[in-house]
Amino acid sequence: MTTDMNADSYVTEDGRTIGPVVMDLKNITLRFGGVVAIKDISFNIREGEIRAIIGPNGAGKSSMLNVISGFYKPQEGEVWFRGSKRPQMKPYQVAQQGLARTFQNIALFEGMTVLDNIMTGRLNKMNANLFQQAIWKGKAEKEELENREACEKVIDFLEIQHIRKTPVGRLPYGLKKRVELARALAAEPSLLLLDEPMAGMNVEEKEDMSRFILDMNDEFGTTIALIEHDMGVVMDLSDRVVVMDYGKKIGDGTPDEVRNNQDVIDAYLGVSHD
Amino acid sequence: MPEQLLFAMEVTLNGLMAGVLYALVALGFVLIFKASGIFNFAQGMLVVFAAMTLVGVQTGQIPFAHLINTIFGTKIHHFGWTVPTIIAIIVAGAAMVLVAWIIEKYILQHLIGQPDIILFMATIGMWYFMHGFAPLMWGSEVMKLDVGLAQGINETIDTTTYGWFGYGFFIDNLDIVAAIVAALLVTALVLFSQYTKQGRALRAVADDHSAALSVGISLRFIWVLVWSIAGFVALVAGIMWGSKSGVQISLAEVALKALPVLMLGGFTSIPGAIIGGLIIGVGEQLFEFAIGPLVGGATQAWFAYVLALVFLIFRPQGLFGEKIIERV
Repeated sequence: MTTDMNADSYVTEDGRTIGPVVMDLKNITLRFGGVVAIKDISFNIREGEIRAIIGPNGAGKSSMLNVISGFYKPQEGEVWFRGSKRPQMKPYQVAQQGLARTFQNIALFEGMTVLDNIMTGRLNKMNANLFQQAIWKGKAEKEELENREACEKVIDFLEIQHIRKTPVGRLPYGLKKRVELARALAAEPSLLLLDEPMAGMNVEEKEDMSRFILDMNDEFGTTIALIEHDMGVVMDLSDRVVVMDYGKKIGDGTPDEVRNNQDVIDAYLGVSHD
Repeated sequence: MPEQLLFAMEVTLNGLMAGVLYALVALGFVLIFKASGIFNFAQGMLVVFAAMTLVGVQTGQIPFAHLINTIFGTKIHHFGWTVPTIIAIIVAGAAMVLVAWIIEKYILQHLIGQPDIILFMATIGMWYFMHGFAPLMWGSEVMKLDVGLAQGINETIDTTTYGWFGYGFFIDNLDIVAAIVAALLVTALVLFSQYTKQGRALRAVADDHSAALSVGISLRFIWVLVWSIAGFVALVAGIMWGSKSGVQISLAEVALKALPVLMLGGFTSIPGAIIGGLIIGVGEQLFEFAIGPLVGGATQAWFAYVLALVFLIFRPQGLFGEKIIERV
């Protein structure tokens, strides 16, 4: 069966529907002083897909993710989200628009329990005012219960029931990564950004994480953009892959296309750059 | 019961009450330090400014009267009305929110990402600015603060203890009120931070800025919120201290007593601030009672600092501070 990947929406071989473009990055350039971290990069992310950004160390992958999530402001280029151009925004405003993310070096609230951490992912879903919260009636009570329920669903899904009440600071690395993912997922994001979700994990943990990512995408239809070093993992997981090297885009397409791209092969096998 | 023991008990009780006042000031420090990692040297000035604003509004004083008189040659000083206490407290509270907003907008905003020491220096600057600004706004005379709190010896305690021990304890009514208010305030703060959305956001910011941003929390909002709360705590502390000893700029130095309290209790712990305050309050009074006469008295001036120093040597994170573990 052949699929037309440029159509408005299409169905993948494993039966998932890939929808229209959610996030469109147009000619993004990001400089730090004289250093060009990202140079004129354009690509898009479609609804329901798993989109990977790969590349050697220092290629500008994390910078790209930080541009998407509003932590960095690109000097040139436009970010289009759901069909409209995004104005300059603070990271928290981007988050309120429905983008959730994880960090390469885990950013969790270490002093809080796992459950509290995940609940912060739903802060934007709570609107009860302080008075309602103080008397714990009506909207406040209803909201707290609803949100708690949603968090429990995420906790079940990611299989972290046994550590619900544990302060995050006490958890081992692999579980922290999972809690961070849970917090992001709890926000029910329209786009989930994962910065090296499997960095520093052993094979078994990587397999677990891959399974969670696939299930998330499959069950909740979450659109995911991820950065990953492990080529094997990336090729198995993603629908489309962007390859970056030295701040430039050198490849973009399905895993198979990218695998056979000469520039990509050169970048990974280390051909000298003149 | 031996007389000495009764004295000691009375002294301890009074120490506890004094400790509550220390704790109130220390609480303001802890709140800001937890949320933003800033050691707010100006907290004592916030206390004075809050108290001055309260008295000024209450007695219908015209702000900047002296300045206006000098420029325009007028002789104004009062509006000629008095404002009910409760309204004056609300106005003073609103003024503290405004102060918080100004501090965030004109100082903190410009120092984001700077090293902690720079922010600390900025708060020292705030101290000096307010040291000049507060008297400019409300005058430099000692102001009498009276919000109708009970003062003087508590007769009930006096007669009851007299009935028990044949010796009546002298406990000031104001101290009792202060203890109750402090307890209510702390309870409210704990409930707020544990069970409300804003409280959860506040704890999140206290823990990790990037993570907080990534879940959609506005740092600016939280900073204004936390400085407002600190301002409100300062107002409460100002009411208590001011009722006791009048409102003047030197009241700000009382806030320096919060430093040993913080070293004892830990900079990041609300219960620590309370327990630390109580320990310093009691320790100071008991030490003066027991050892004071031997060394010529006036030990209150230094006892707290020496105690804090001892603590620094053996438990640098304080009683309730987070343990410092460095991974190598």
